[in-house]
Amino acid sequence: MASLIAGRTARRQQARPVAPTLERPGAGWAVPGLLFFAVFALAPMVGVLYLSLTSWDGLSAPQFTGLANWSRFLTDGQVLQATAVTGALLVGNILVQAPVSILLGVWSAGRQRNRAVLSAVFFLPLLLSTAATAVMWQQLLDPNFGLPAHLTWLFGNANPLGSQSGAVACLVLVTSWQFVPFHSLLYQGATRAIPETLYQAAAIDGAGRVRQFFHITLPQLRNTMITSTTFMVVGGLTAFDIVLLLTNGGPGTDTTILPFLMYQTAFRTYDFGYASAIAGFLLLLATGASVLLTRLSGYDRMTGTLEGL
Amino acid sequence: MNSASRTALTAFVVCSALLAAGCGSSGGSSASSPTGNVQFWTIQDPTNTVQQAQVDAFNSAGTGKVSMSVIAVDGFKDKVRTGMGSSQMPGIFFNWGGGSLDDYVKAGKLVSLDPAVFRSHFLPAALEAGTVDGKLVGIPARGTQPVFLFYDKKVFADAGVQPPKTWADLTRLVQVFTAKGITPFALAGSATSSWTELMWIEYLVDRLAGPELFKKIAAGDWSQWNDPAILKTAQMVKQLVDSGAFGKNFASVNYGAGGSSTLLAKGRAAMQLMGSWEYAMQQGADPNFAKNDLGYVAFPSVDGGLGNPADVVGNPTNYLSVTTAAAKTTAVDFLKTTWSDSYVQGLVAKGEVPVTDNAQAALAKAPDPAYAEFQYNLVQSAPSFTQSWDQALGLSLGTPLLTEIQKLFNGQSSPQQFVSGVLAIKH
Repeated sequence: MASLIAGRTARRQQARPVAPTLERPGAGWAVPGLLFFAVFALAPMVGVLYLSLTSWDGLSAPQFTGLANWSRFLTDGQVLQATAVTGALLVGNILVQAPVSILLGVWSAGRQRNRAVLSAVFFLPLLLSTAATAVMWQQLLDPNFGLPAHLTWLFGNANPLGSQSGAVACLVLVTSWQFVPFHSLLYQGATRAIPETLYQAAAIDGAGRVRQFFHITLPQLRNTMITSTTFMVVGGLTAFDIVLLLTNGGPGTDTTILPFLMYQTAFRTYDFGYASAIAGFLLLLATGASVLLTRLSGYDRMTGTLEGL
Repeated sequence: MNSASRTALTAFVVCSALLAAGCGSSGGSSASSPTGNVQFWTIQDPTNTVQQAQVDAFNSAGTGKVSMSVIAVDGFKDKVRTGMGSSQMPGIFFNWGGGSLDDYVKAGKLVSLDPAVFRSHFLPAALEAGTVDGKLVGIPARGTQPVFLFYDKKVFADAGVQPPKTWADLTRLVQVFTAKGITPFALAGSATSSWTELMWIEYLVDRLAGPELFKKIAAGDWSQWNDPAILKTAQMVKQLVDSGAFGKNFASVNYGAGGSSTLLAKGRAAMQLMGSWEYAMQQGADPNFAKNDLGYVAFPSVDGGLGNPADVVGNPTNYLSVTTAAAKTTAVDFLKTTWSDSYVQGLVAKGEVPVTDNAQAALAKAPDPAYAEFQYNLVQSAPSFTQSWDQALGLSLGTPLLTEIQKLFNGQSSPQQFVSGVLAIKH
């Protein structure tokens, strides 16, 4: 171990003389990125905020209405429900996907041949588009001609997409089915990057497999968990396609999440002003979630898990 | 990509679509001369070949040129909406009449046509939905699509019963079929298909109160939803649902093959309230059933109701409208070809039932003359043809209305809550 550390330090010392010659890059390098951000992110955001203060049907010129959309927004029961459903989907997705994908990812990180073959099978859903996934599951979940009609021992007389809890559960399961492979892939890569020496040392100290998993693997995966959770939160807040295609917000308005409500308001009822208010709220929500996640997790400090090795 | 920029991107996409829609609002190409080239946007469907022949015949006559663009069904309305604000505005476009044209009329995009030129050539009920704010802006250009009851002849024969003529018949049939384990009515109640639930409301309100009630609502008097007939309709729907008339699973059934139409074709449901296109749907999915066992009958009368039992609801027809971007004389001349014998016969050959005065003679050449004549007679003898409410009201009122109807059928709203929910739609 000592010689290993010495070897690493030696390499670091070799590298050091190069570092001071690297100056911080000039501000000019940020221009393309800033320009892109300004044109494709800032300008539309300002546009949305302006439109949220207007009444606009997309045909005639926008009429400035002040805060009318926002006061309607605050008293709209539909928005409240959509926010709650969005939250439920978000939490459900994380609770289902995170444990499954960690276990699957760690398991598939092993180099055994059978694991390699099975992993390839598990990753198949990742190759399907959301549209194909939604159409397939809609057929499978059809109460008259799908699985529920044939597997009455499992479903009883239930109609999975016909109730709010059932439809939300279906959305969580279908999303998980589609995205667990992606998150597993993240964890697989991260697990393979954990130095073997840690496990060897733990084995010498007498730690069993379970203990190794909880005291070495999980802590080493911390940054990956943050990345993966961030993806899930972002995906959850913008998961619009699966709702549109699988439930179309129904039954009734039971699975109408915020992005779907925004779409419906803008492109089905042509109320672009109010839709912009919803978009503005989504923007706030997503930014808030993003800031909170990076603060809580210490991701912004970018500490590596290999420190001290 | 972090969540802020991802959302920003979403916002951008929305916003750029908005800007694209809005940027050219002042640049609409105004027609300088009465004749010239007219852009004609139509929807993709089997009658496109008939339309192309109509356009070719018109162009060879030489009072100007019409160029037809065929646009896919998905996104057709959005494309027209986007085009209408821009310099790419079509000269003539296919549409659904009624409320779908409301915004365009208010924005001054459409040309008001002279009723005297067109009136005598069409069934009166069909021209009604082409009239918005008292202006004739849409000319019928397709077949009529009334809504009526389809039934499975075999299921009825096995049960030894006849299709319903009155509401009392209908409720009795519900008992007969539920006792046999057959769903009395296939109903597509998923959020995508909730317009099929609307058909029940439309017919019940018409039978109970007559067509005047909805006419007042469509004309802008939203307080008419307070009419007792609306509450009574909602209560009748609740009774139907509670008595198992639609089965238990309808809340996630979609319309069409693999959904409600297959339930009917497989004998698992006895009837379905649907538009005339159900026939073509069944022909595509199960030709034998369509040929041998698919029966059809008008919606039953309701005892004590004020409406005429001969009234129908549905889509009177589809329309062509002329915009201010068109060379007006050319465009109007082209609309006059919609009742030409060749066009009408072409539509009939495709299974459509045109609403022109010369259609009846052509119907003998329809793929199924009996079915075509049933529809034509239904529409011709109807004192009133109420346009589908979601089309008549336009999307901004129609979409939330469909949501309220779904909640009523799903049992999430009581009849009373349905009425107050609908009243709350228009602020």
